[in-house]
Formats: sequence, structure tokens, C-alpha cells
Amino acid sequence: MTKLIGMTPSRRTLLKGMAATASALALPGFVQAQSSAPIKLGFQLHRTGIGAAYGRWYERTTQAALKVLNDQGGINGRPVEVIFEDDGTDPKRGAEVVEKLASQAGCDAIFGPLFSHVVNGSAPRAGELQVPYLVCSEGFHVASGKLNRWTMQPGITDVRAQVSSMAPWVAANLGKKVTMVFPDYAFGHDHRDYFTAAIEAQGGEVIKHIAIPPTETSFTRYLPQIPKETEVLYHVMVGPAVLTFVKELGEFYGTGTRPEIFGFIDSLEAVDTASPGLEFLEGTHFWEGHCRVKQADASEHEAFYRMAVGVDDTGASVSDSKDVATYAHMFSTWETLFVLKKGMEAAGYQTTADRQKLIEAIEAMTNMPESMEHPQGAKVFNGKTHQVFGHQSISKVEGGKLVRVHMTSIEDGMYEDAVDYTTMSF
Amino acid sequence: MDFGPFLLLALMEGMVMAAVLALTAVGLSLVFGVMRVVNVAHGEFFMLGAVIAWFVTHFMPGPPAVAFAAALVICPLLVGGIAALSDTLILKRLNYDPEATIVATIGLSYIFQQTALTFYGPDARPVLAPFDLRIQLPWFGYSGYKIAVVFAALAILLAVWLLMTRTRAGLIMRATQLDRNTARAFGINVDRVYAAVFALGAGLAAVAAVLIVPIQQAHYLMGHDPLLLSFIVVIIGGLGSLRGTLVAALVIGLSDGVISVFFSPTLAKILATLLVAMVLVFRPQGLFGTKP
Repeated sequence: MTKLIGMTPSRRTLLKGMAATASALALPGFVQAQSSAPIKLGFQLHRTGIGAAYGRWYERTTQAALKVLNDQGGINGRPVEVIFEDDGTDPKRGAEVVEKLASQAGCDAIFGPLFSHVVNGSAPRAGELQVPYLVCSEGFHVASGKLNRWTMQPGITDVRAQVSSMAPWVAANLGKKVTMVFPDYAFGHDHRDYFTAAIEAQGGEVIKHIAIPPTETSFTRYLPQIPKETEVLYHVMVGPAVLTFVKELGEFYGTGTRPEIFGFIDSLEAVDTASPGLEFLEGTHFWEGHCRVKQADASEHEAFYRMAVGVDDTGASVSDSKDVATYAHMFSTWETLFVLKKGMEAAGYQTTADRQKLIEAIEAMTNMPESMEHPQGAKVFNGKTHQVFGHQSISKVEGGKLVRVHMTSIEDGMYEDAVDYTTMSF
Repeated sequence: MDFGPFLLLALMEGMVMAAVLALTAVGLSLVFGVMRVVNVAHGEFFMLGAVIAWFVTHFMPGPPAVAFAAALVICPLLVGGIAALSDTLILKRLNYDPEATIVATIGLSYIFQQTALTFYGPDARPVLAPFDLRIQLPWFGYSGYKIAVVFAALAILLAVWLLMTRTRAGLIMRATQLDRNTARAFGINVDRVYAAVFALGAGLAAVAAVLIVPIQQAHYLMGHDPLLLSFIVVIIGGLGSLRGTLVAALVIGLSDGVISVFFSPTLAKILATLLVAMVLVFRPQGLFGTKP
């Protein structure tokens, strides 16, 4: 014991010396940061794990957006750097990644995660560290008020708005007795809760909910639970087994009679709609956040975005036609990056001390017109709920290709505010 | 759906599962029976089989059936080779000490998983089935390939059984299983037997994976479930007993099929795990195992 005590002062002296040296070294860096040092943004990336297909394309989209952004002169005259960090699509690692990006890499803001369990696991840590955390996850968890003032979703419409805006079309065109197949976790539960409510508002009903664990690899055993009187089969599935799910659905119905099928493209993201075994999808409908196949009326911004990311007119990579994009979702990373740019410019962002000003600047945003910064289409941002609202597309498989048959208006998806984050303290 | 067709579908799903499970679990059981090694890396041998099957079918020209047949031959050989190498380089050096081999195979499983992630990537990739046949029953459609999997698995299991009971190699393996030292005294090269058994066990997992990969997809994390289920089967059947493993695979596969169709797949897993607990409490040597 005496030995330990004897050691303490010398160690303290040593630490003092180190701290002094470190601050002396850091000082010129700090001065420089105010002038021309790059703005550092952290990207929480699903590079591995069940979200890997999304991660691959989110990284490409962000790199493309970053190049455009820096070619335009960066943010506030400073170049921008994005640090990608893999979270393994795992909530526990997600929180660690937020910590690493904020504390170790010293990022000014963090963005990019999609999977809702990762967002739910990471957002509290972002709030504790007081770092702006801009998610691209579609979950209702942001607008529900469950998260915190530092977490926002300005790049993609949430599930509640998506399903509410489409339910009237489904009820009017496909049928009113619906069976839902969804993944059994936060994201799937948003589908279950809000589509069920929305279809009931249209005089329809969900006659059966079939929840499937997101790690499931075999699906045939769930399909007999679909009641015979089902008029519309509503499916949404995620993870590496999505192709298996859709194939087994096709095998199950075969050439026999089947209900109308309305799916979320999530069940087929990164999968070629012309894959063998998917022929039965002909004539079925899909939700798309952003049309995978270039539509006849595509805007110049959409064309520019598609070219910049490196996606061909059918939705696959220009360098490998077998590498199909997660096109319906990945625009959110592009748009979020440009929201960050706009927010930082409005806030006069200089250092991490201005993070709070950045949040306030984004909260003040409202209309986001269709533009190069918003290639998916016009949007309206609600600063109180931290959630953006945009157009949704319903596409039909015709000749193996997804063709848009309906586009919802922004107002179709609006609902009453469940929270006012602007009244919360930082 | 009515009860009859419902049950039929449940049994068909159960049979497919039982067939693949039997192949995987027999490999695990063989390794434990002969070598007394609890191979935690068994699930990763399964995964390697699937991943190599993707490479083979992807780069092999010609119709899918030929590419698939090639995968069916190449994958077990390659995976068996990797297993034999792991045995000679690692397990042998540990003198097959039970605790040390468990830790070593856990380490191996991470190495295999990360190697697959590095060279194959994080994506799930499909392998084309050798033929495209859909059987249309009046109530539902079913994949013809899945039924072929059941028969292929039966044929392979029969071959393993013949190998173990009717050939000289099988005799040597059984002799080594019975008493390693006496076998050595009779001039059997136990080291080579061990390497061969480890390779055979891994090869069986690889074959099972090649059969399953047109139904599921090849993914670097796919080894977890087969490992868990194989352990369940092997513990219920009795470690080291091939007959017990087959019976247990059938019980687990069919009950899983029926329970998951009529109730929920989660309940099926709960009951299987409960059964393992019961077996461990009341008959620790397993249903067909002999007391040590």
C-alpha cells in the first residue's frame, strides 16, 4: 500500500506534464479548425450484419453526395470529410460507434443508420454525448417522441406516414381484407400498428397479423397461417433472407389462386425483380420510397443523382448489372447530407460548440423543394417532431420491371404531432 | 387452410429440416464419438460449404445442374481438407484435451467466419437450384427441389452407414472409437484416423450446406443455427451414437415442422431446448447413448 501511495504524486506530476504538452500541441490545431480544417461527419454504417446490402449502397450514395458537396466548395468554405464506421447492424455496437465517432474522431455530427433497433439503441447515447444524430431509418420512433432533441430524421418519411398515405389506395384498388406479414421488431411493429389503423379508417380490416423473427431463414411454415378469405397480402421483410421469403411465397401459391399482393420493396431491396422463381410477382404491387427503375417522367435532379451514384436505368450498378441498389431507401443519406450542409450554413457552424445551433437551424426548416439536394422529390419538414414528410410511390411489376402507378401527396401522410422536441432542453 | 393439407405441409417442411439436420448432426456426432472432440466450429464448416458452393456455381460455366453437381463434389472435399489441416495443425498439438479443443474450435469458428466475411463479403447470395420444378398440389404449391433434398440426404446417410459398418475404413474408425490405445497397439495410425474423421464430419456439414443453399442463401453468419440444432440433436440422441442422432434428427425436424406450422417456430425452439434439458437431467447419456 505504502508503495502505491508513494507512487501517486510522481504519476500526477507526469499526467500534469502530459496534459500541458497536449494542450500546447492542440492549440494551433484549434486555431486552424476555425479557418480551413475539414468539417468531420460521422457515418454509422451497416457494413456487415443483416443490413449489409443497405450499407454497401448507403456508403456509395454518401460518397457520391460528398463529392458533389465538396466540388461545390464544401460547407462554410471548409471541405467536408465523412468517417464511415461499421456497426454490424447491431444495437450494442451502434451505441459504441456513436461514442467512437463523437468522442474519439471528434465528429461534428453523425448520420446514416437505417435499422430501427440500431437507432433505438444508439440515439440515447447520442443524446448523452450531445451530438446531432440524423437517422435515415423510417421508424416512427423519432416522431413518436421516444428519442431526444439531438435525434432527427430529415431525409426520409417515417413508416407511419408511408402506410397512412397508401392505405386509401390499397383499400380502393386491391381489397379490404388484409393479412400482414412483417418482421417482429420495432420497424415491423410500426407497420403493424399504423397500417392496421389506416386500413380501418378506410373501412377495411386486417384479419391476420403474421410476425416473423428478423433472423428467420425459412418461411414456408408461416404461410399456411394466411387465411383463405384474404383479399390483400401485405408483406414487408428485411435481412439477408428476403429473397428466400419472396421465393417461398411464390412456391406456396404456385399457379393456384392467390390474393392480391402488396409488398414493401424492403422485401426485395438489392434483389433483381427478374430473379428466377420471382415470376409470380408479375402484376403485384410494391411501395417504393424512390422508384428503382427510371420512370418516364423522371426529373433532371433524379437523373443527375442516379448518374452520380452510379446506378443504371434499371436500378443496378453501372459496373455490375447483378449488383442491384437499395434504391428505394438510399436517397435518404444523400438528402440528409445536404440538410446538414444547409443547417450548418444557417447556423454559421464553426466548432463542436455550435452543435446546439445546428439542431435549432434544422428545426427551423420547413419546405424542401425538389432539387439536386432533394432528388427523391419535394418534402416538408416538421421541426417540432424532427420528422420529414414526402411523396410515396406505388409501383406495379410489369414485364419484370417496376412501373409507378400511383404517387401519394405529401399531405396524405401527415398526422397530428405526438411531440414537440423544441420545448425539450438540450 | 384445412387440417389435412395443413398437416401435409407441416410434415413436408419437417422432413426437409430433418434430412438436412441429420446430415449435419451425424458429422458432429461422428467427430465426438471417435475423437471425443466437441467441435464448436461445426456450424462454420456448414457455412464454408455454402459459401464455397456459391463460388463454384458462380464461376463454373454450363447449366446450373452441372455447376451444382460440381459443388456437391468440390465443397465437401475442400471443407474436409480444411478440417484435416485444422486437426493436424491445432487439435493434434493439444493432445485432444477436451477443454483445450473446445476453446480451439471456438477460435477456429471465429477465424472461418471472419475469413468468409473478408473474401466473400457480408451479403447473402443465392445459388441456383439444379432444376426448377414446382409441384402444384390442390391446396398449395411446393418446391420439387426440397423433396429432392430429402432423398439426396437419405442416400448420403445410407452411404455413411455403409462406410461405418461394411468397410475396412469404418472398422478402423470404430476400433479407434472403442479404444484408442489398443487400436494403436494393433498398428492403426490413430493420427490419420482422427484427421480423416474430422474431415468426414466437416465434409458432411458441407454437403448439407450445398443441399440447403438453393433454398436459403449463402451468408457468412448462417452457421449459428445448424450448430445449435446439431447440438440439440446430438445431445438428445446420445453423443457418439449414429442411430440416436438419426432418430433425434427425425424427432426434432418433424416436431419443429409441425409445431411451427400449427403454433409458432419460436415455440418449436423452446420445446426442443426444453427436451434437451429434460434429457440432460433424466438420461444424461442421451436416448441411445451408452453410459461412459
